[in-house]
Amino acid sequence: MATPDKDRGDRSPWNRLLIIPIVVPLLPFLYNALDPRFLGFPRFYWLQLAFVALGVACTATVYQMTKRRR
Amino acid sequence: MNAHLTEIIVFTVLFLAVSVMGFVASRWRRPDDLASLDEWGLGGRSFGSWVTWFLIGGDLYTAYTFVAVPALLWGAGATGFFAMPYTVITYPIVFLVLIRLWSVSHVHGFVTPADFVRARFGSPTLALLIAITGIVATMPYIALQLVGIEAVLKSMGVTGHLPIIIAFAILAAYTYQSGLRAPALIAFVKDSLIYIVILAALVVIPLKLGGWDAIFDAAEAKFAATPAPGDGILLNGGNQLQYITLALGSALALFLYPHSVTGVLASKNRDVIKRNMSALPAYSLLLGVIALLGYMAIAAGVKPIVTAGRPDSNTIVPQLFDQMFPDWFTGVAYAAVGIGALVPAAIMSIAAANLFTRNIYREFLKPAATDADEARVSKIVSLLVKVGAVLFILFMDTGFSIDLQLVGGVIILQTLPAVGLGLYTRWFHRGGLVAGWAAGMTCGVLMLYSIGNPVTGKAHFAGSAFPLSNLGLDTRMTVYAGLLALAVNLLVAAIGTLAARAARLADGGDLTSPAHYTADEGDPRVKDLDLVG
Repeated sequence: MATPDKDRGDRSPWNRLLIIPIVVPLLPFLYNALDPRFLGFPRFYWLQLAFVALGVACTATVYQMTKRRR
Repeated sequence: MNAHLTEIIVFTVLFLAVSVMGFVASRWRRPDDLASLDEWGLGGRSFGSWVTWFLIGGDLYTAYTFVAVPALLWGAGATGFFAMPYTVITYPIVFLVLIRLWSVSHVHGFVTPADFVRARFGSPTLALLIAITGIVATMPYIALQLVGIEAVLKSMGVTGHLPIIIAFAILAAYTYQSGLRAPALIAFVKDSLIYIVILAALVVIPLKLGGWDAIFDAAEAKFAATPAPGDGILLNGGNQLQYITLALGSALALFLYPHSVTGVLASKNRDVIKRNMSALPAYSLLLGVIALLGYMAIAAGVKPIVTAGRPDSNTIVPQLFDQMFPDWFTGVAYAAVGIGALVPAAIMSIAAANLFTRNIYREFLKPAATDADEARVSKIVSLLVKVGAVLFILFMDTGFSIDLQLVGGVIILQTLPAVGLGLYTRWFHRGGLVAGWAAGMTCGVLMLYSIGNPVTGKAHFAGSAFPLSNLGLDTRMTVYAGLLALAVNLLVAAIGTLAARAARLADGGDLTSPAHYTADEGDPRVKDLDLVG
């Protein structure tokens, strides 16, 4: 049986980075508070919106590091 | 004359324009022959990054989401914001898991998640259960898209069921003709309209309401004045666990829904999916803003439309738009919601039809079915599914669809051991998986049935927050029933697997090999060998 190409297999250590955006949004003690406010948004709202950027940073890094070499 | 005439005209024009696109879509990227599920049901498995972005975005963020999520924040506050962590964690999970499903499906020509289970565990019975679960979970979801359209129509003063029947008849006709190409093309319009409307709302409404401080303060004041203990603009000790388990459970359920799988399988290679996992969160930001429309509605003093003595909280977003925007733009916003219902409804009906065709019709009724037979059956079933959804709305209480959708999320989670874990391990015995599925389904439905809401007087199916005190624990914490049912499912599946091995029960074969899970575009395919064993 052919061994999967390392560059695009799912064994890349970079994939572990994806754990961060899966775990962080599930920790309410990080964001369940009013202060500090940002642009009028309580922390609960702006921080959870900011997690989107965290998710994008992680998935984008993993994509760059594991995409098929051309 | 109707005070909403401008809105109705703009809505109708946009709706008809999109309908024309739906029919024209059959010529878009035209293949030699549309008569196979690869073409009709998966758009030729050829969609690149842009089409996939619009298609999956249009598929996952439905019209119902747009009206129901802000309604949740409007009614209960912070707990409704679970949609945020949910859509953040779902993409990395999809990245890890669905990409393997794409590869193995590419190699074997799978069209549905049940096709995969059939080949992986060699069990037509297990595949049948997965297929039925998928169909049952999807049906009320389609019906709820009609609720989204209805909320908008109500706000325009249009009552009666005829407009919805017409809208769905048009939708059914072009989905029949063009297959997945129709929603893929319409998604461009739908998503563009939504982005325009929400950006406008983001700029205009806070200005009119005196800024975000004022919006959040108004919400805080509203919840402080209610007697309900669970509301507020922050979570409390009782609902934090529910918040995160609901986010996690919904994220896991999302990629098990047949319509998400359809959207992912239609992309042309692994890189398209990976790129989209970084690009799709743009919709999550959008959803965050949409959710906050609920608070804007509080600050603006919006009142929901009352039908038959009951306030319909799904109308608060349409009412907010009506109050804040000029008529013509309100019409655009309503069209965005209305068209927003069509894209997911089309994809869901295609996904449900494919499940029937591949895992019931071809498996049990006509094993010798040709590609053309499959496409024909799927087209007809997609029509029946939509007729069913309309009948649902016509003859049942809307609340019943919402209950069923709640059940749908819980039961689709019960396919996780076979579909999700099955992508990683062949450890489970098919008998164990069937037992786990049955246990999870039973527990999940019983738990939902037991959940009442003393405030509204609803005795059953009043939510998905299961009080842990029901299990004898001394706490006021609640947990998402679906995740609890999944835990039971996994436990039974594991015990069942050990028992089946001990009793030396025959296990099915596995037609896949490890390399299949990382295969990409251009790698050799095992065409049409998948269901032979």
